[in-house]
Amino acid sequence: MDSRTLTGGDRAAAPICGRIASTVTKNADTVRIRRVLAADLPEIIALDQRVTGLAKRDYWHDVFGRYGQKEAKDGFFLVAKSHGQNDAHVAGFIIGEVRAWEFGSSPCGWVFALSVEPEMRQHGVGEALFEAISAEFKKAGVSKMRTMVARDSRLPLLFFRGEGMTAGPYIQLEKDID
Amino acid sequence: MKLQIASQLAIYALLELAARPDRPISVGEIGDKYKVSTYHLAKVMTVLGRAKLVRAARGVKGGYQFTGNARRTTLLDVIQLFEDLGPANLDARAPGERTDEARMLRDVLREIDDLAQATFGSITIATMLKLIGRRRASRPRRTNPGVTERR
Repeated sequence: MDSRTLTGGDRAAAPICGRIASTVTKNADTVRIRRVLAADLPEIIALDQRVTGLAKRDYWHDVFGRYGQKEAKDGFFLVAKSHGQNDAHVAGFIIGEVRAWEFGSSPCGWVFALSVEPEMRQHGVGEALFEAISAEFKKAGVSKMRTMVARDSRLPLLFFRGEGMTAGPYIQLEKDID
Repeated sequence: MKLQIASQLAIYALLELAARPDRPISVGEIGDKYKVSTYHLAKVMTVLGRAKLVRAARGVKGGYQFTGNARRTTLLDVIQLFEDLGPANLDARAPGERTDEARMLRDVLREIDDLAQATFGSITIATMLKLIGRRRASRPRRTNPGVTERR
């Protein structure tokens, strides 16, 4: 997989020895994208709690169990790790999976979680995560990716639209169960 | 779904101005491209100016400049300056308006309105410019007579 460097609007690509890796320059920090490690989980849980206001420790351990293993070929749990001069921390993460024939759909990549540290937003972290998982989906053999966003979630909607996603051929339906 | 002409013109004008933030563009230039009267456009620009999305620059090379945030200004923000996209209010005089059938039909229309609003609210001026750029880049172009090349 390529490494991507974003400095302002300028990008250069350089290969990084077969690992999932992207880099984003934000001030003095460098952000690298790679598969999640168990050691990242506490920061991921804390980031999610800061952003959503909900603590979901068991959920994240379960997700890590399903998508965080190296042998997970169709599931991708990627983290953006920001490396400063003296420390490194999780700047964001994205999770997706190739799903086939559900709802009558041919195989496609589903992005079902994306989060970026609020103070790291607007610096290309989300875009780098999105591009990284797109590349993984492509490598897995699918040419379409999907996600689902609440209509009133303005920021994620603006982000995914900005990445070129449009309304798909499915309509999500629901009802209250009596 | 159809937008009022003023909403369409406002979106076109903002796209033109946001695509060239370095120089003012006259109403005449925009009018020429979209084949619309400068009178009609000027009225639209006045509304956009009041919303602080554009600024008039005076002088020989005067015109308008985009002053909004292209990454935050959505199509919904622009359209709502010119028309109400909200659900239709109950019109007690309309035939059958107080029946369950009419209420159910209003629910369906509200669902459509909600979707339309969410769609317009999810697309910024910057996203539109990006998508237009992609569309242009993928369009076949003629290099020599009879030869079509895909960029």
